Amino acid sequence: MIEPGTKAPEFTLPNHRGEAVRLTDFAGRKLLLCFYPNDFSPVCSDQLSIYQEVLAEIRAEGVELVGISTDGTWSHNAFRKQLGLEMPLLSDFHPKGEVSRAYGAYLEDWGTPNRSLVLIDEDGIVRWVHASPTPLEIPGANLIFDALTAVA
Amino acid sequence: MRSPPSPELTSAAVPVISERDHAHGDGADAIVYLDLACPACAAMWPELRALPLRLCVRHFPMASKRSRSPVLHAAAEAAALQRPGAFWDMVDSIYADQGHQDDPHLWARAEALRLDLRRFEADRRSMVVAARLRADFMAGIRAGVTGTPSAFAAGKLLQGELIPGLASALAL
Repeated sequence: MIEPGTKAPEFTLPNHRGEAVRLTDFAGRKLLLCFYPNDFSPVCSDQLSIYQEVLAEIRAEGVELVGISTDGTWSHNAFRKQLGLEMPLLSDFHPKGEVSRAYGAYLEDWGTPNRSLVLIDEDGIVRWVHASPTPLEIPGANLIFDALTAVA
Repeated sequence: MRSPPSPELTSAAVPVISERDHAHGDGADAIVYLDLACPACAAMWPELRALPLRLCVRHFPMASKRSRSPVLHAAAEAAALQRPGAFWDMVDSIYADQGHQDDPHLWARAEALRLDLRRFEADRRSMVVAARLRADFMAGIRAGVTGTPSAFAAGKLLQGELIPGLASALAL
């Protein structure tokens, strides 16, 4: 997993609408990357639903939350509609898992990202990371607010 | 970075059972966070009700996953405002039949419980009830709840298979 204090690796990934999204698009804002294994899986659905429920509170802190998995853009689009998710979902589909690997958030055995959170500050520096011990474990939304308090 | 988030969002222990909670029964304390549209919650509800517990039920509607959840929770809370026992009756009713969650079904459930329908309609849409649901939900978030059903018993957070989890944690 990438270490706090290091510069966040640059990326360009398509979002759920197929539009290119770059790390530099978020310069001057805080960005929380949420790597997760699979669109539509029960655990990922719970995780993103929980974050959706507190998205207003997260955004009120000046943080943009973005989901990343190796699913394709059409899958992301359908997953967002099913759960009514308002955060962008980025597709690390091709080359598969390249960005997840750059952040140390890829599970070679699973062929998916591990469930991981990366908080990047306004200057593009990683400030906090969390990797679930297993992909089946969801980091609670409370951990996000704890992290925002700790790095403020 | 900017000012820190308000302290009402960071991690906190699950609130102890208080008078404002829906709690009944005799036995060890178990606080459960439930979603009234969650199939896994519905499946284990009869067994949970039968355990020798002081059972405290808190609202944890996961609206983005199950769009009718907030409406069902508001109905249970509105029932409680008319008669405390009606909360449990409404939860029993909703879990016993997950196939009927639309407004006319809720009116029928309220009538079957002999609730005042006009008051039920006003209460379930009230800010008081909405605030109560959100307060329960956020307390669950702060305590680390990430899905339903979840429970706190003997100082532990239990998720998933609650019946064996509670039996083990509380030596039932």
